[in-house]
Amino acid sequence: MTGELLVAICLAAIASGTSILLPALGEALTERSGVQNLGVEGMMLMGALFGYIVDIETENIWLAFAAAVVAATSLALVHAFLAVTLRANQIVSGLAVTLFGSGLTAFIGKPFVGAQAPVTLSRILIPGLSQIPVLGTILFTQDPVVYMSFILVPVLWYFIYRTRPGLNLRAIGESPATADAMGVGVASRRYLYTLVGGALAGVGGAYLSLGYTSTWVEGMTAGRGWIAVGLVVFGTWDPIRVMTGAYLFGFVDGFQLRAQGLGSTVPSFFLNMLPYLFTVVVVSLSSGERLQRRLGIPRALGLPYWREERT
Amino acid sequence: MRPAGSARLTGHMTHQSDMAVAMVGIDKRFPGVIANMNVDFSARWGEVHALLGENGAGKTTLMSILAGLYRPDAGHIRVDGAPVTFHAPRDAIRHGVGMVYQHYRLVASQTVAENLLLGLEGVPFRLNAGRFIHQARELGERYHLHIDPSRAVWQLSVGEQQRVEILKTLQRGATILILDEPTAVLTPQESEDLMRTLRQVAAEGRTVVLISHKLEEIRSVADRVTVLRGGAVVAGGLASGALSTRDLARMMVGEDLVTSQASGGRAPVGTEQPRLTLADISALNARALPALRRVNLHVRVGEILGIAGVAGNGQRELAQVVAGLRLPTQGKVWLDGTDVTDSDARSRMRLGVAHIPEDRLGEGLIGNLPLNDNAVLKSYDQPPLALGPLLLLQRVVRFTRSLLERFNIRGARPESITRLLSGGQLQRFLLAREMALNPRLIVAVHPTRGLDVAATQQVQAWLVDARGRGASVLLISEDLDEVLQLSDRIAVIYEGEIVGSMPAGGANREQIGLMMAGAGA
Amino acid sequence: MALSIRLERRANLPLAQRILVLSTAVILGALASGVLVQATGYSALKAFGAIVDGSFGGAYPISQTLAAAIPLATIALGTAVAFRVQLWNIGGEGQFYIGAFAATGVELIGGPAGWPAVLLLPTMLLAGFVGGAAWALLPAWLRAWHGVSEIITTLMLNYVAILWVNYLVYGPWKDPAGHNFPNSPRFPESATFARMGDGQLHTGLFVPIVAAVVLLFVLARTRWGYELRVVGENPEAARYAGIDVRRTMLTAMLVSGGMAGVAGVVQIAGIIHLLNGQLSSNYGYTAIIIAWLAQLHPVAVLVVAVLFGALVNGGFAVSQEGIPQALGAVLQGMILFFVLGIGDVFTRYRLRIFSPAAAAHGRSVP
Repeated sequence: MTGELLVAICLAAIASGTSILLPALGEALTERSGVQNLGVEGMMLMGALFGYIVDIETENIWLAFAAAVVAATSLALVHAFLAVTLRANQIVSGLAVTLFGSGLTAFIGKPFVGAQAPVTLSRILIPGLSQIPVLGTILFTQDPVVYMSFILVPVLWYFIYRTRPGLNLRAIGESPATADAMGVGVASRRYLYTLVGGALAGVGGAYLSLGYTSTWVEGMTAGRGWIAVGLVVFGTWDPIRVMTGAYLFGFVDGFQLRAQGLGSTVPSFFLNMLPYLFTVVVVSLSSGERLQRRLGIPRALGLPYWREERT
Repeated sequence: MRPAGSARLTGHMTHQSDMAVAMVGIDKRFPGVIANMNVDFSARWGEVHALLGENGAGKTTLMSILAGLYRPDAGHIRVDGAPVTFHAPRDAIRHGVGMVYQHYRLVASQTVAENLLLGLEGVPFRLNAGRFIHQARELGERYHLHIDPSRAVWQLSVGEQQRVEILKTLQRGATILILDEPTAVLTPQESEDLMRTLRQVAAEGRTVVLISHKLEEIRSVADRVTVLRGGAVVAGGLASGALSTRDLARMMVGEDLVTSQASGGRAPVGTEQPRLTLADISALNARALPALRRVNLHVRVGEILGIAGVAGNGQRELAQVVAGLRLPTQGKVWLDGTDVTDSDARSRMRLGVAHIPEDRLGEGLIGNLPLNDNAVLKSYDQPPLALGPLLLLQRVVRFTRSLLERFNIRGARPESITRLLSGGQLQRFLLAREMALNPRLIVAVHPTRGLDVAATQQVQAWLVDARGRGASVLLISEDLDEVLQLSDRIAVIYEGEIVGSMPAGGANREQIGLMMAGAGA
Repeated sequence: MALSIRLERRANLPLAQRILVLSTAVILGALASGVLVQATGYSALKAFGAIVDGSFGGAYPISQTLAAAIPLATIALGTAVAFRVQLWNIGGEGQFYIGAFAATGVELIGGPAGWPAVLLLPTMLLAGFVGGAAWALLPAWLRAWHGVSEIITTLMLNYVAILWVNYLVYGPWKDPAGHNFPNSPRFPESATFARMGDGQLHTGLFVPIVAAVVLLFVLARTRWGYELRVVGENPEAARYAGIDVRRTMLTAMLVSGGMAGVAGVVQIAGIIHLLNGQLSSNYGYTAIIIAWLAQLHPVAVLVVAVLFGALVNGGFAVSQEGIPQALGAVLQGMILFFVLGIGDVFTRYRLRIFSPAAAAHGRSVP
C-alpha cells in the first residue's frame, strides 16, 4: 500500500509543485533585477481566468495559455511602470495588483464559475523513460507544462550564472549604480524581468485551471502566489533551490490531500494548514543575515533607482 | 566607441600633442561654496602628476569634472590637444579618462572576473570568461596587479579591490588614469606596490593623475606637482624633484601665520586631573581596518584641544570612541577620573559628554521629523519632559522654543520639519540641543563645515564661550585656520596616530602642515 | 528582504495636496473602472449609480456604509501603527479571525454563565486584543530578532487562522441547534453591540472612533509614541538615543495585531452575532491600502475607511443589479493604481525643489 501511495503522492507533488514553481521562478528573476513583486497572486488569477475563458471560447489550449500570458503580463506592465518608472512604493503597488487582479477576475469570471473547461492538458507518456519503475511514473507521465518546467529550471540556472545577460541581471539587482556606470541600463532590464515574471505567473495560473483542475473558481489560487514569493526567499533566488522548495511544498500538499482521502482522523483543516506553516518555517530558516549575505540577497531589492543627480 | 583594442593595451600609442590633458580656466561652484576658481591644470603623456591640497581645496572636484561627473561653470578641457565636452562619465571613458574613486564601483557579491566583464565590449552571450580572464591576468601581471579572478569581491581586502578597479579602467582602454587618495586605505607594502604599478603605467606612455595629501608619497612617485588651496592653484606643474617637503607643506597650508587670537596664547590651565584622557587607544573603522593606533591624548578642564589633520586619518573614529559610539580594540577612556571605556553613548551622555557629529542630518538629527522631536532626542525619557509614560508636549515645545531663541535661530518654529532648515540653522540647533545638557565635554567634529561666515563665527564663539564656563572641547576640524584660532593646544593626527602636539600660541603652521602630510620631523 | 524597503516618502505633503491627490485618483480610478465595466458588458452608469445610491443615497445607505467601515477602520488603525516602524503587517486578516475566535471563547463561557453585557463585552474585546496580538507575536519576534520577512510570515498565518476558525465552527463549536450550518451558537444579547437605526450599524461604531482618539494621543504625547516615530524614521539615530529598537518593533506589531483582533470582535458582536468562517471579505488587505492612503494618520484612516466602506457597501448594492460584487475590489485596485501614479509625481516634484537646498545643508564639497 505504502509504495503505491507514495508514488501517488509524488505524482501529485509534481503537479501541485509546478503550479508554484513557475510563478516562483518568475518572481526569482524579477527580484534578482531588484523589483519586489507582490502581485504574483493577482497575476496568477488573471492567467487562470483568461486562460480558462479562451479555452472555452476557442477550444484551443495553446491559445488559452497564450491568453493567460497576455493577461498576466499586462498587470505586470502596470506594476513595472509604477515601480520602475514612477518609483512608487513597490509593496503597495504589488498589493494593488493582487487586489485588482482578484477583484477583476472575480468580477469577470462570475458567469464561468464551476463550468468545465473543454480542453485541458493531457498527460504525455515519454516513450521509454516512462517505463522506468517508480521514477518513470512520477516524472515522465506528466503534462507538457510540467515538462516545460523541468527544462526551465536548468535553463534559467545556466542563464543566470553563465551568460552575459545573466551577469547583467545579477548586477542590476545587486548594485544598480555600478551597473549603470558600466553601461548596463537598469530600467529597461527591470521592466523586462518584471514582465517575464508576470508571464510565468500567468502560465502557473492557467496551469491551475486547465491542468491541475479543469475549472474556474473565484480565488482558486488560494495563496499559491504568496507561497511562491516565500519560496523565492527560501530558495535564495536560485532556480534549483526554488525548485526543491516547490516540490517539497507540492509533496506536503499532495500528502494532505491523500491523508484526507484516507479518512484520517486529523481534521482536514489541520492538514490544509501544513503548506502554510511549512512556508513559515522555511522562510524563517533561510533568513539568517549571514546566510543571506553568503548566498546573495539582491542587495538593491525593493529600492527604486535614481541615477545620481549631477549638479 | 573605441574598443579595448590591442594598441592601447600594449601601450603603443600615437598622440596628437604631448599634453594629455589641459584644463583651462575651470570654475565650479556649489551652493554656498566655490570649489574651483579659475583653475589651470595640465598633465603630459607618460608622466605621474600629483594634485596636492588639503580637504576642500578642490582637488576631487577638479578631477570629477575631468572624469565627466560634473560640468564646469566656466573654462574648457582639451584631451590630447583636442577640445572635448563631457556630458556624462561615459563620454570621458570614451576619451580614455578612467577614474578610480574612493568608493569602488564594484558588485560585492560577484567575482573579480564577473566585475571585469560587466558592461565590457565584445563579451559573448555565453560568458566564456576564459579569453577575457586570460587578458585580465596578463594585464595584471604586467602592472603588478595580482588578482585572482575567481574570488568574490567582498572577500577581497580593500587593496585587492583597488587593484580590480585599476584593472577595470585599464581593460577599458584608459590612457589617463585618475586616482583619488588611493593609499588612504592601503598598508605600506600595498602602497609601495601601487606606486610601482603607477610608474609602470606611466612609463608606457599613459598619464597618471594622483590626488594626494601625502608628501612623501608624492615625492617618491610623481614627476610633477600641482598644489591647490582654497579652490585656486597655488603652484602649477612644478617638477617634484626641485621641491622639498617643506616647500610643499608651506604651499599646501599657506604662509606662516601667527596663530590663536581668540585664545590669545592662553597659559596652560593648571595641573589638575585632565577631564578626558585617552590611554593607548586603538580602534577599527567601519570596514574593520585599523583607524586609531595607540592614541594618547588628554583634554584639561576649560581647555580646547584641536585635532588637526586631513580628513580620513582617524578623526571620525576618534570622535566616536570618545562619544561612546565605537568600542576601542584596546586602551582606556577616562572621564573626570572615571573609566568609561565600556559605557555606551547614552551613559556617556548622562555623564556630560556632548557630541556634535559631522553628519548633521544623519547621525545628529532626523530630517523628516519636526524640530520638537529632534530637540528632545536625548532627554525625552526623563523628567521634566517625561512623566511616567507620558511625554509632556507643552514642555517639549517650550524647550524647543527656548533653544531656538537662545541660539538665535530665526525663521524656524518648533513644528518646522528639520531637514528644511539651512546648514547654519541646523548646526546651531544641534549645538543648542547639546549645550542645553550643560555638557562637561564637547566633541565637535567639523562644526563649521559648509556654514557661511556669520554662522561659522557664531558657532566658534559658542565653543569658546562654553570653554569659558568650564567645559572641555575636543575640536576636530579639517580647517587648519579654525583649529589654530580656537584651540589652546593642538594635536596632529596622521594615519591614526598622534604625530605631534603643542600649545597653540606660537604654533608653527608649516610644521603642522608637515605633520598633517606625514612628513613631520 | 523587508529590511531594505522603506515606506516611500510619506514626506509631509500639505493636507490640501493630499486631499487633491486622493480625490483625483478616485475620479480617475472610477473612470477607468467604468470603462472596464462597459467593456465587460454591464452598464457603467447603472453600476456607479447603484454604488453611489447604495452608499450615500439616504440615511439607511449611509448607516450601512458606516457599518461596513467599522472593521476596515479598526484594522487599518492597527496596520498604520505597524507601518510607522516600517513593519509590513499583512496579517490583519488572520489577526481579525483570531480575535473573533478568542472573543467567542470568552462568550462561550460568559454567555451561559449569565454575565451581564457590561462585563462580557469588555472582556470579549480584551480577549480579542490579546488574541490578535498573540497572533502577531511570532512574526514580530522573527522579524525584530532574526530579520525574517514579516510579509511572508504574517501572510501565511492568515490562512492558518481562517482554517483554525473553520475547524472550530465545523467541529467542536458548531451550533447543535443550527441545522448543521458551520456557525457557532448565536450570541446572547449580552454579547452583542446594540443596534443603531434600522440597518446593520451598531454601537461598535465607537470602537474605531475611540481607538483613533486614543492613538492620536498616544502617538503624540507618550514616550512610546515618540519612540515609534524615531525608530520608523531612523533606527540608527534611535539606537544612538538609547531606544531599544527591537522592543519598539515588537510592541508596534503587538498593538497592530491587537487592533485587528478587536476589529474581529466588533464585527461578530456587532453584526453577525456568531462565529463562522466567512467573517471577512478581505478586510485585512483592504485595511493595508487604507492605512497607506491615509499616510498613517489616525483621523485620515477613519475618513478613508468610510470611503472604502462605501465601496464595500456599493459592492452589495451593485450585486442587486446583477453586477458582480467584486466590482468593489476592482474599484479599490484602480484607485490605488492612480494614487500610486499621481502621488509620486507630487513628491518627486517636491524633491527636486529641495535638491539644491540639500547641498546647502552643510554637505561637504567633494
